[in-house]
Amino acid sequence: MSTDKPDITPSNEAELADQGFDEKELADQGYSAAAEVGMIKARRTLRENIWRGLKSAPPTALFGLGVITIYVFFALFAPLLAPYGEAEIFDLSYAPWSDEFMFGTDQLGRDILSRLIYGAQNTVGIAFITTLLAFVIGGGLGITAAINNGGWLDNLLSRSVDVLMAIPSLIFALILLSMFGANTLNLIFIIAILDSTRVFRIARAVSLNVVVMDYVEAARLRGEKMFWVLRREILPNIMPPLVAEFGLRFCFVFLTIAALSFLGVGIQPPTADWGSMVRETAGLIQFAEYDITAAMTPMLPAAAIALLTVAVNFVVDWFLHKSSGLKE
Amino acid sequence: MNSERRGEKGEILLEMKDIVIDGFSDDKWHEIVKGVDVTLRRGEIMGLIGESGAGKSTLGLAAMGFARPGCRLTSGTILFDGSDLMTTSEADKRKLRGSRIAYVAQSAAASFNPAHTLIEQTVEATVRRLGKPEAEAKADARKLYRDLQLPHPDTIGDRYPHQVSGGQLQRVMTAMAMSPRPDLIIFDEPTTALDVTTQVEVLASMRDIVEQYNTAGIYITHDLAVVAQMADQIKVLRYGETIEDADTRTMLSNPKKEYTKSLWSVRSIEKAEEESDDNILRVDHVDASYGGGVKVLDDVTIDVPRGHTIAIVGESGSGKSTTARAITGLLPPTKGQVLFNGTPLPPMLKDRSVEQLQKIQMIYQMADTAMNPRHTVRDIIGRPLEFYLGLRGAERDRRLLELLEMIELNETFVDRLPAELSGGQKQRICIARALAANPELIICDEVTSALDQIVQKGILELLLRLQRELGLTYIFITHDIATVKAISDQIVVMLEGRVVEQGMKSDILAPPFPDYTKLLLSSVPEMDPDWLTNLLAQREQEGGLASAGN
Amino acid sequence: MHPVVRTVLQRLGLGLVTLFVVSLILFSSIEFLPGDFGEAVLGQAALPETVAAFRKELGLDLPMHERYWQWLKGMLTGDMGNSFSGRGASGQDRSRPVVELLGPRLANTLFLAAMAAVISVPLALFLGITAALYRNSIYDRTVNALTLTTISFPEFFVAYCLILILSSFTKIFPSLANVGPETEFWERVYLTALPALTLTLVIVAHMMRMTRAAIINLMASPYIEMAELKGTPKAEIILRHALPNAWAPIVTVIAFNLAYLVVGVVVVEVVFVYPGVGQLMVDAVTTRDVPVVQGCAMVFAATYILLNLFADIISIITNPRLLHPR
Repeated sequence: MSTDKPDITPSNEAELADQGFDEKELADQGYSAAAEVGMIKARRTLRENIWRGLKSAPPTALFGLGVITIYVFFALFAPLLAPYGEAEIFDLSYAPWSDEFMFGTDQLGRDILSRLIYGAQNTVGIAFITTLLAFVIGGGLGITAAINNGGWLDNLLSRSVDVLMAIPSLIFALILLSMFGANTLNLIFIIAILDSTRVFRIARAVSLNVVVMDYVEAARLRGEKMFWVLRREILPNIMPPLVAEFGLRFCFVFLTIAALSFLGVGIQPPTADWGSMVRETAGLIQFAEYDITAAMTPMLPAAAIALLTVAVNFVVDWFLHKSSGLKE
Repeated sequence: MNSERRGEKGEILLEMKDIVIDGFSDDKWHEIVKGVDVTLRRGEIMGLIGESGAGKSTLGLAAMGFARPGCRLTSGTILFDGSDLMTTSEADKRKLRGSRIAYVAQSAAASFNPAHTLIEQTVEATVRRLGKPEAEAKADARKLYRDLQLPHPDTIGDRYPHQVSGGQLQRVMTAMAMSPRPDLIIFDEPTTALDVTTQVEVLASMRDIVEQYNTAGIYITHDLAVVAQMADQIKVLRYGETIEDADTRTMLSNPKKEYTKSLWSVRSIEKAEEESDDNILRVDHVDASYGGGVKVLDDVTIDVPRGHTIAIVGESGSGKSTTARAITGLLPPTKGQVLFNGTPLPPMLKDRSVEQLQKIQMIYQMADTAMNPRHTVRDIIGRPLEFYLGLRGAERDRRLLELLEMIELNETFVDRLPAELSGGQKQRICIARALAANPELIICDEVTSALDQIVQKGILELLLRLQRELGLTYIFITHDIATVKAISDQIVVMLEGRVVEQGMKSDILAPPFPDYTKLLLSSVPEMDPDWLTNLLAQREQEGGLASAGN
Repeated sequence: MHPVVRTVLQRLGLGLVTLFVVSLILFSSIEFLPGDFGEAVLGQAALPETVAAFRKELGLDLPMHERYWQWLKGMLTGDMGNSFSGRGASGQDRSRPVVELLGPRLANTLFLAAMAAVISVPLALFLGITAALYRNSIYDRTVNALTLTTISFPEFFVAYCLILILSSFTKIFPSLANVGPETEFWERVYLTALPALTLTLVIVAHMMRMTRAAIINLMASPYIEMAELKGTPKAEIILRHALPNAWAPIVTVIAFNLAYLVVGVVVVEVVFVYPGVGQLMVDAVTTRDVPVVQGCAMVFAATYILLNLFADIISIITNPRLLHPR
């Protein structure tokens, strides 16, 4: 996605010089516009781009991509992959690791492995939906504010966001959850709205860079409608930075929801969720000396959360590095 | 100490042989400078000239044994006063830099540290590297400020960089380079960012001071007329290779290579002016301001003759681009109106009809930012065809090809993205986009100033031809007098939001001049090594007009 | 007026406005309680008159603006009302004032945050600055990958890892941070070691990355290249040319991360059962004990806003453009 954007940096003398060979004698042969070879970047198809990107990706990014694929697979096919039901209760609570219950059971006698697999669906899915919602709200308002640059709407939105961002979001989330009650739906809306402030800032900033471009002015001078300008001129140019931001915001939302669930005010039982699972089985960690596997039980969901955020961060880091065109 | 070090004039100071410099991009190393030789004697100034991508700055920095991040000095020898900077240690090179070789950067505003006063930075190398007593160095700095004709030379050094103007900063930077009395100064496009009237003053003071202290220099620029005033010899670079080497007078009077001649090719076209009484557009006593603040246009009246070209000239901040914004409706006038074909245009863009918008089109300075990087040529030119003329499908494509032919491109360009076009081609596509609307009037805002000379010439010739064939009217906004001569019938001179003069080209460009027009015109460097000397002598005679620009 | 003074006053004003808005939001949280919350707090068997008395105590019979004024006055004079818990259905009231609950816990939280800050700020600055100066070295890449990993971890994951390693297996530190008012200083440091270490790891990672980015950005300025071309030795470039311009970004980074501590402390307190404000707030949210939530949130928000304000002011008064106006 990033490789087909013009890569014209001030220190690009090298590239210019490299391609200048063909036109070295241009001046001597007389001038022709069509023969003028400038700074031309080879055009590649999307598939070639992806392939080239993957080949040049650092191991960390490949690792990240692999992990994300596995998570998505588990999330999509959870009911098929899990040995037992999400809330199926067995007689044995805190069962040790065994053939029957690979990672044992929890305090109510539910199979940990099954809950871990369903957790992929619930925890990741809820975080994803929340991030998406935050982007719809924050992105839409951010672009609107950028178009309205300096107008009353822009000022109103920007100042409100300043104030909202002056309160730490976890604390704000706790306040709102205490006001509206802790359930999954409230959680999604509250986190989405809080996080949309960050999205708003980014979306506004990147759109502002595009809105001041002459081609947007040219479209306005042509008499184009606002919606057309937005869809055809602005949106295609702000997608790459917003995609990277989506990864970062997803991590943040995912961690926030996990933290809230861990605190007991996030995703509510009986939904299988990694954050809550850590809290529910945390006590087992005391028994590390006697049964190391028992102590590992709370670590499994915690590690599942950590692994996914590490993976997404690695991929985003690579993406940012690539699209910023950093030359070493 | 310094006089001891300074050898005889004529002795070789810097000898660079077969210099190769690589730059890193697209995951590979590319040669930026490909085996260039430079020989510079004491007290001599060499002009390095070339267009963007010629590798001239890179070569200039290499004379200090320095390569920017992302570049590396690959091979060759850089003998400075006998020692090879390719092999000397970083510590030894550091001893040379700032004391024996100094650097004057293009962007003075960014190159001064915002946290220190000017004089602290001026004497930094002299005091800290050479160990000269601070009071003595500062007294000398004030003397240099005086030599460089800075205002308030005794106190200006106590100011911070953001407190003085760009032209003054550039002179302070020259003083900074001069403070340790170096043997060699590298001037890297020091006047490119300045207005012409300021440029003359800075050039004159820089030239005097290097002459006074017999300092050698490398002067890097893309403007041959500027370098002709400064340099004893000139080297023309292109794509990292030497095209031509000669002393200044020979180079100007008898260039060997076509490419060298193309460096002033815009000066070779000149449109024969035509008179006309039929005005397509009248800007009628217009005032305008941004956000209700200071007036940026003050009672501006301009008549635009149908089928002809009117050039609006002026320096930055003169209101020439703002005039264009008032005409297009982007900045509604606070007073007065704009009449198009005799009828007033609604002041606001959104109140104008599609037909009104269609008749006036605009071409921008930076073709790069004027085209959406994610649209193909087909989208870019096709959209106005759809929008204004309702053309679709095959009909639209047929018209698109006609337009491409009109701008001397062909069907192979249809599916390209802007990134796949050269600078000149991009500007041609922008012209085609304007033509697609079938306009009567095209506003050209500095359309050639970002392009290399030979490409500029091509674009100007294209615009002239299109005017002849289609009867177009142009409003040509520019600060470049050569371009004005090339394309205009009439000229409007603007200063501080007001129209100073409007008239036929031959009237404006010939005496008698109002003061400002004269200052502006006389400040444009000419292809004559004696131009600056003569100009200064003339101004001296007329009693210090040179300060009128401040 | 001097531009510095004017800008500082503007920021102070903005800070006050923000605090005002926060107080409005907090105040209005009582409005969102369901109509039968009186029964919920006092129990199903609550007598109507007990409920009525409770509502009166909360001022629910007064018009909204008056009630806000009372509430704000209370907040400003250190009266945050009484907790909802400890109230009986029959009208006996063993509830405690929020301030009484909050006070000792605030001291604990500040102690924990301070301990984490004392370790992490110098460490993070050192790592960040050295990584920026030796950019792309193996050292830089390693520190970078490590910190990227650490910031991806949820705090409780880091905390449980530390518990497993340093407590369950090796028994170096206790896994529960049971501090009381009588705990003496060194004992307190020992008990708080694991929570402080958890916070430190998380903060150092964030702060180091931000410091590195700020320094790299600074070192790319043309005036740094100019200094290099003036033959300035590297150490002097950093001390004389970079440092005077680095205060603003560095202080911003520090303040931002100290403010982040405020948030991180909540989860960490819960993991280690540390008697701080964070745990109090989480408990209060679960039981919908609104006055306690209001009190805790006000403390957190005020700290956060003040820290950011402090950073703003530092960057204003070190900005040469504002210090030396035209």
